[in-house]
Amino acid sequence: MIEGRTGPWETVIGLEVHAQVISKAKLFSGAATDFGAEPNTQVSPVDAAFPGMLPVINRFCVEQAVKTGLGLNAKIELESVFERKNYFYPDLPAGYQISQYQQPVVGRGKVALDMPDGTTREIGITRLHLEQDAGKSLHDQHPTLSYVDLNRAGVALMEIVSEPDLRSAEEARIYLRKLRSILRYLGTCDGNMEEGSLRCDCNVSVRRPGHPYGIRCEIKNLNSVRFVMQAIEYEARRQIELLEEGGVIDQQTRLFDSARGITRPMRSKEEAHDYRYFPDPDLLPLVLDPEWVERLRAELPELPDAKKVRFVSTYGLSSDDASVLVAEKETALFFERAAGHDPKAAANWVMGDLFGALNRLGVGIDESPVSAEQLGALIDLIADGTISGRLGKDVFAEMVATGTDPAAIIEAKGLRQVTDEGAIAAAIDTVLAAQAEKVAEYHAGRDKLYGFFVGQVMRATQGKANPALVNQLLKEKLSGK
Amino acid sequence: MSDGSLLALTLAQARDGLVRKSFSAREFALAYNDAVEEAKVLNAYITPTPERALEMAKATDARLARGEGLPLDGIPIAVKDLYCTKGVLTTAASHILDGFHPPYESTVTSKLWQAGAVMLGKTNLDEFAMGSSNTTSWYGPVENPWHRQIGSPKGDNRPLVPGGSSGGSATAVAARAALAATGTDTGGSIRQPASFCGIVGMKPTYGRCSRWGVVAYASSLDHPGPMVRTVRDAAIMLRAMAGHDPKDSTSAPVPVPNFEAALTGDIRGLRVGIPKEYRVDGMPAEIETLWRQGAEWLRSAGAEVVDISLPMTKYALPAYYIIAPAEASSNLARYDGVRFGLRVERGTLDEMYEVTRAAGFGAEVRRRVLIGTYVLSAGYYDAYYLKAQRVRTLIMRDFAKAFEQVDCILTPTAPSAAFAIGEKTEDPVAMYLNDVFTVPANLAGLPAISIPAGLSGEGLPLGLQISGRAFDEETVLRVAEVLERAAEFRHVPSFVAGDRG
Repeated sequence: MIEGRTGPWETVIGLEVHAQVISKAKLFSGAATDFGAEPNTQVSPVDAAFPGMLPVINRFCVEQAVKTGLGLNAKIELESVFERKNYFYPDLPAGYQISQYQQPVVGRGKVALDMPDGTTREIGITRLHLEQDAGKSLHDQHPTLSYVDLNRAGVALMEIVSEPDLRSAEEARIYLRKLRSILRYLGTCDGNMEEGSLRCDCNVSVRRPGHPYGIRCEIKNLNSVRFVMQAIEYEARRQIELLEEGGVIDQQTRLFDSARGITRPMRSKEEAHDYRYFPDPDLLPLVLDPEWVERLRAELPELPDAKKVRFVSTYGLSSDDASVLVAEKETALFFERAAGHDPKAAANWVMGDLFGALNRLGVGIDESPVSAEQLGALIDLIADGTISGRLGKDVFAEMVATGTDPAAIIEAKGLRQVTDEGAIAAAIDTVLAAQAEKVAEYHAGRDKLYGFFVGQVMRATQGKANPALVNQLLKEKLSGK
Repeated sequence: MSDGSLLALTLAQARDGLVRKSFSAREFALAYNDAVEEAKVLNAYITPTPERALEMAKATDARLARGEGLPLDGIPIAVKDLYCTKGVLTTAASHILDGFHPPYESTVTSKLWQAGAVMLGKTNLDEFAMGSSNTTSWYGPVENPWHRQIGSPKGDNRPLVPGGSSGGSATAVAARAALAATGTDTGGSIRQPASFCGIVGMKPTYGRCSRWGVVAYASSLDHPGPMVRTVRDAAIMLRAMAGHDPKDSTSAPVPVPNFEAALTGDIRGLRVGIPKEYRVDGMPAEIETLWRQGAEWLRSAGAEVVDISLPMTKYALPAYYIIAPAEASSNLARYDGVRFGLRVERGTLDEMYEVTRAAGFGAEVRRRVLIGTYVLSAGYYDAYYLKAQRVRTLIMRDFAKAFEQVDCILTPTAPSAAFAIGEKTEDPVAMYLNDVFTVPANLAGLPAISIPAGLSGEGLPLGLQISGRAFDEETVLRVAEVLERAAEFRHVPSFVAGDRG
């Protein structure tokens, strides 16, 4: 809810996400799809729309779209139709994009969002359809000419359209993260926004709470979550100001200027495209075998929502912790491998020290210098008393730095915990004898000094003394037993 | 053998002559190369490929010497310049494809070369196959080798159109400047020129021959097919052209029969339909008479002739002239001056597009692109494109119902004989009416053949058309061959190559 000059406004957002399908070959040609290849090296005559060339659907891309639909709890349409969306642009060689319009391959579905307040919000999916990507126009290579790179032309995209169910930039962020997580679990899109494999158009409108939807504007081609949020916030405020000044919203397509953080109209009404959609006569309707769809459904991997429920019930994790751990498939996998005898400890280690270390190193969990098995071993060594929890942190730091097994570090550095009561008692005696004054103060009522004595004892034992025994024996000594 | 007698052979005769080594493939190719040269005045070819013909003939002779002859070994074939041929200029008879040398070979021509056929060159056509007279070509009109008889009612000897769009192929085959040719038929573009030029032209079932590598006009209506001298030749050539192609999603995964084996001459008990709706206003009486004569021939051969009704026929032409331009407007969007062919440089991108396409496309192509853009645009789509598609479905239903009663349908191929160059160019609608009998089979995707069945009062050939059930080319060919025998069409056009006495 945004407070305007004249009262509160509600922002209404629907997102159209363009997700590049993970596939070795393009949607309608055999050409490769590797990112970062030399310009115009991954282009077949079909992609370049040479005369007489015809599209042939790539079955694997269809499989990826169907899997995604199943992952979004959506209806799989057993018959769908490819249509041509006609417009002229040099990076669109045929003069039309093959897309799906009236009959998409995936119909209605839903995505559950975990909200910060612990509740769950369900966001409707309107549809998912398959389409070709366009090529890339390069306007910065020459003072007066534009260059065209067709490597991306014809690469398969899934356009995933949400219902106008989102109510804030923050919800849009949570939705995008969840969608990305599902796609990555399914292995249907790598979700890499920097490389453009996930791009987003935002439909934004505002209304008085409880009123019908307002007129929306579409902000095109946002390539980071941050820009999505900035664009939504700017656009909502722009619309509210306009309405509060008595203006009307023009339904239009806008672009986000990331340098200035504003949106501005992309084209005027006169320049609005008439895409002249019609069924592509080069392609037959896409007909799916229901048994094949059911087989894909049965083979779907465990998705974040189900995994979260399992983490809570099987490992006794809190719902919040489980949410964090399942967000990325790799994190969940790491956690489960490290969980061993003490899943809660493993969760804490992963979300605390490990995330901290990975952040510092700027690497993902799949490149972690500490393996899940090594972390599990460390947790076991702490649990069985081989080292103290405090020394465990030092050992972990060493593991991050060197990638060595925890047992080897403990051995090499002689960090094995001292559990010999005699040795600890002797150390306590030495400390108390040396700190007679403080002992007196303690007995006079300065309870806080207890911690100081613990610290001194641990120092005297190079931190290796079993903390529980130190506690027990120190208390006995101080109370004069 | 003299050039003249070599050139007079049918494909079937030439095939046998080559195998028996009555003449070599090289001799044959040389004779045809000369014929191509001699027939130049007719403008049937855009690009002759005599060297390639000799190379290919050499390979044939080597195979024949080893006794490893292929089905079409040594058969000199002309290729409509709508088929992409690797490394050979491919124009679609349009200025906009200036200098385009495809880096690939169409599936159909690949199959022909693999069957041993010899390439004579690329034939002229209406620009992008849009036309019924072969007068819209950037490379100039093609002349029909036939002429009106001196003293005939119209009393002149003006050059006549060969029909279109496969006019160059039809003229080449009729004038003996090719033994056979590929054509494409979107609304009659094989059958109508075959009728005008006194040859056999066949449009097989949609999906029978791959469209891969054939420049698209209207994808759902475009049919590659053979243009030849006899029905038997059509059967032989079609077999080599046909077959499932995984590169064309609309190609049908069905086996290719030995069509020649279907020519049994026996049509006893077959039921032949005569659709009453094809008696159109203004059709010359002589065509009506020939049609009746055709029915009589088939009845004499033992077929049962049945009156049938195809009530949606009158809507076929309007539906065609919405669907075909709609698809064309989109198919031709790729000719934008960016990647190949003509580019007229201008300051801005939009200007470059506009000036390039205005310069590159002729009037008829521009007209159809405009019509197509209009019928697909917002607010008009339902009233035009969608309605036309519904009509198409109804026309298919008409045929399906008719084929419950009959095995094939006999009609005239075209409502007139060849007309003079320039005669109908002022009135596009009059020109479109040429396709009235041929368009329904395109909309329904059914096989249909035109065979020369008689001469008009002016001494010009007239064709009869047999259409059949989808993927039942065999019945169509069988009936056509019986008709061909009965018609005994032995007339020769006023111009034939190798006729130097």
